[in-house]
Amino acid sequence: MTIEKITIDCTVNHTAHSIRAYPMARLLDVLREGLRLTGMKEGCGEGECGACSVLLNGELVNSCLVPVAQVSGANITTIEGIAAGDQLHAVQQSFLTHGGAQCGICTPGMVLAAISLLERNPNPTEADVRTGLAGNLCRCTGYMKIFAAVVEACQK
Amino acid sequence: MRAYLPAYDLQTPANLAEALRLLADAPGVWKPFAGGTDLMVLLEAGKLAHKQFISLWHLPELRGISITDDSITLGAMTTYSQVQTHPILQREFPLLCQAASWTGSVAIQNRGTIGGNIANASPAADSLPALLVYEAELELVSARGARWVSYQSFHTGYKQMAMRSDELIKAIRLPRTTNQWIQHSRKVGTRKAQAISKVCIAALAKIENNTIHDIRLAFGSVAPGPLRCVQTEAVLKSRAIDDATIKDARSALAAELTPIDDIRSTAEYRLRVAGNLLAEFLAGNGIDFHSDR
Repeated sequence: MTIEKITIDCTVNHTAHSIRAYPMARLLDVLREGLRLTGMKEGCGEGECGACSVLLNGELVNSCLVPVAQVSGANITTIEGIAAGDQLHAVQQSFLTHGGAQCGICTPGMVLAAISLLERNPNPTEADVRTGLAGNLCRCTGYMKIFAAVVEACQK
Repeated sequence: MRAYLPAYDLQTPANLAEALRLLADAPGVWKPFAGGTDLMVLLEAGKLAHKQFISLWHLPELRGISITDDSITLGAMTTYSQVQTHPILQREFPLLCQAASWTGSVAIQNRGTIGGNIANASPAADSLPALLVYEAELELVSARGARWVSYQSFHTGYKQMAMRSDELIKAIRLPRTTNQWIQHSRKVGTRKAQAISKVCIAALAKIENNTIHDIRLAFGSVAPGPLRCVQTEAVLKSRAIDDATIKDARSALAAELTPIDDIRSTAEYRLRVAGNLLAEFLAGNGIDFHSDR
């Protein structure tokens, strides 16, 4: 049995898209290969590392675990949709200021996880920050500067 | 090896009736698909054997939390994030909220559902021991109608469940009867976040003057499914909490659990830690405790 591709209408970074894909295609692959939004990375491919994080209807998700058939009508924001033109989001600026990035693979997911945390909890403790980012792994292990960046970003 | 995508179907029925019709018309052909946090991992690993799925994620009939004086009912697609932030669940069912906070990370908690956790039927699932001690009931629906079953007897073996191939879990009902009980849970894993349990406990007890009037105990990762430990409970009822009681409880528990060696731990470790978790709970709620833990 061969399944046909389906058409999925959704909004990605404020732009309406009509995507053709197999129903079980991973949102990660559709965004990276179909729409060329390569900011998110594939790390583990099993929901452990958070490198593929996107915001789906405002909620943080691992795009490697979302089949595209489930995003019909959804509003998706990737790291490419966070800055307003040249104007960086406060969290992005804070990561720059604090050197909260080394190789950069985890950075898009870290920034999105931090933004998601600050939207739910504008004044997180350091423990809240650690919990909020617990699903995002940095294999350069540069966590302290990342935590400092998030703590500072919420003070603005 | 990665999955061959054209082999997989994922239907998105418009409503519950349509989903149930698909299940009824071709029994065994379709399987339910919730938030995908388990099934998508299998897909990517090339290990998702079943090929035809029905997405339940978007069905409004399977969402929402409703409250009466006697019970609180969660739609099967209630996510771990929704569980954790619900004020009545926080107040009256803290073990479920705690388990929800242990499950994966924020991104997983936004997609993982209570119904999906039950139907995935992993022995290591964090929320299931809590549902056992709260004596949850499940609403199973099919095109033939709806029925309520006790969750206690739902898992009948490893990944085996007492439901028919045309049925779905629609809702989970928790009786509001345990608010005054002592409530305790703890998970032992490799890491505080993300890790899958080596052993976990959910416990409720009524203890007065150091005597156990009633107790409910459930463990994860120590049997083919989540396990309510009724024999250990029977040993503990009406007993005063002292060293002898704890010793007897450990023996009863060891006889009741059937842990295995796997990638996360060993049977020996699990048995010992399960006993420690039970002793910790009892000792923490008893008086005059001297036992060597």
